[in-house]
Amino acid sequence: MAIVAETSKFSKFAWPILAWGVALIFFFPIFWMVLTSFKTDADAVKPEFLLLFTPTLENYANMTDNYDYWRFATNSVITSVSATLLTLIVGVPCAYAMAFDPSRGTKDILMWMLSTKMLPAAAVLYPMIFLAKGLGIYDTHFLVIMVLCLINLPIVIWMLFTYFKDIPKDIIEAGKMDGLNTWGEVREILIPLAWGGIASTALLAFIFCWNEAYWTVRLTTIDAATLSKLIEGNRAPEGLFFGRLSAVSTAAVGPIVVLGWFCQKQLVQGLTFGAVK
Amino acid sequence: MGRIALNKVKKVFGEVEVIPPLDLTIDDGEFVVFVGPSGCGKSTLLRMIAGLEDLTAGAIEIDDADVTEVPPSKRGLAMVFQSYALYPHMSVRKNIAFPMRMAGIDEATQNAKIDAAAKSLNLTDYLDRKPGQLSGGQRQRVAIGRAIVREPAAFLFDEPLSNLDAALRVGMRLEIMELHKKLETTMIYVTHDQVEAMTMADKIVVLQAGVIEQVGSPLELYHTPRNKFVAGFIGSPKMNLIDGAEAMKHDAATIGIRPEHIAVSKTEGTWKGRVGVAEHLGSDTFIHVHDTGLADMMTVRINGDIDARHGDTIYLTPQADQIHRFDAQELRIA
Repeated sequence: MAIVAETSKFSKFAWPILAWGVALIFFFPIFWMVLTSFKTDADAVKPEFLLLFTPTLENYANMTDNYDYWRFATNSVITSVSATLLTLIVGVPCAYAMAFDPSRGTKDILMWMLSTKMLPAAAVLYPMIFLAKGLGIYDTHFLVIMVLCLINLPIVIWMLFTYFKDIPKDIIEAGKMDGLNTWGEVREILIPLAWGGIASTALLAFIFCWNEAYWTVRLTTIDAATLSKLIEGNRAPEGLFFGRLSAVSTAAVGPIVVLGWFCQKQLVQGLTFGAVK
Repeated sequence: MGRIALNKVKKVFGEVEVIPPLDLTIDDGEFVVFVGPSGCGKSTLLRMIAGLEDLTAGAIEIDDADVTEVPPSKRGLAMVFQSYALYPHMSVRKNIAFPMRMAGIDEATQNAKIDAAAKSLNLTDYLDRKPGQLSGGQRQRVAIGRAIVREPAAFLFDEPLSNLDAALRVGMRLEIMELHKKLETTMIYVTHDQVEAMTMADKIVVLQAGVIEQVGSPLELYHTPRNKFVAGFIGSPKMNLIDGAEAMKHDAATIGIRPEHIAVSKTEGTWKGRVGVAEHLGSDTFIHVHDTGLADMMTVRINGDIDARHGDTIYLTPQADQIHRFDAQELRIA
């Protein structure tokens, strides 16, 4: 008994300390980035661990005045929201069919979809660019939305499939007996029961879209350029300006961090889904 | 009305013929039980009637209308699932109202029906609860309530009591039988429990490997099983089946004698054996008898109690007019 008591006492203190420790390690770069964004470029490159400095909004002013931050931000919002919605519109029916009316090939299709994520993006970069230019859709919202949708679709379908699988088939069949057609099943049963899962999938897809840089940087120039392009654009030409770069980065990740904070509950609920049975 | 006819109904899953072409007619108002061992196709058959499973061939008629291609919701049937299959995100009231809402019935009528169903199923106090807050028995009653309000042509029950504990099962069994007497609606009930089949059915359909072995009233099946399988499946404890020389004496490949049709004596009788385990139920005692040289083990059912200890020698005498005879094809010899 004593051992059990000691173990529980140990875990009572050790786990929270460990968790906080890990959380702080993960949080530190973000904290440092935010801090640096309020420093002058001169302060930003000082080698010492500088916590006390005269904060300045110069970097932010510079960003909005000279770099047209709001245009990039608007593009990010348009492409991320549209791509997420499109992914769900395609993914929900797809995962529904796979979960409740699987065929022999369903598992193979799921594996194949996942395998597309293993393809190095660089391998298809030039075909994509030529295709986009040939079709006249280079640097358009349409192209960015399509690309974001396609690269997220496999993971979204997998996640939704997993959530939908948790819904007992009997409930769907009871719905069929009670007079639901396929759309009714989705609306009346699937979405209410898998709401947490769908929301966390949507959130994750949105985060992926927002953070995507490889394609958005390479398939856009001005019109459809997102915040990733803005960060990338601040990276080099006149040397590294850490203060400015940090401000741009903070402004780019800020919305997603805030969104994640407010949706914590939904995310956790989504990830612990399975309590319907 | 609820007359259901299956004409040459067949189901194939991949390479496996789960149900070879099968004919069956269920009359209006009948309580029919599909019974058979696990995997015999009884649930598949029920799901085909419900429309949840496609037919490979054949046709299903409800009240003389071909419904083979009609979707489940349009067949006018209600189903009660083993897992209850309630909508977990809806209250009991909403669960019961659901099929009526789908059918576009006005709210006043819905409420009247819900209240009536809730009253008859003792659910009035639970209407605002979610299924997760109910016990297994209450959940099954909600599922039945959801079926009743639709006023279906027939009720389909897919092993509805399997998830309940023994005591509750007996209670619910009676409730379902009462419901059938009250509504006089056709009910098709799937179970692997032959006691449920015997006690509830007007007509039992015994299935094995998708084939109907026999259709008849419980007592027909009990007294005149058509073959060895039905003889062994219907009745509890099971019929004793004896092959070999003893069967030959009766001009049969196999003879069967039910445990309750064997007299027991400690001094004399037709067959001699050794007492194994005795199960004392109070009203009855089941004695398992070994070393008879007839079958691995024989079971005898006697009224009340008997002073027989493990290992004692015991004599068994079958009632001559209760011996069932089967030929080499396992069919009953009249």
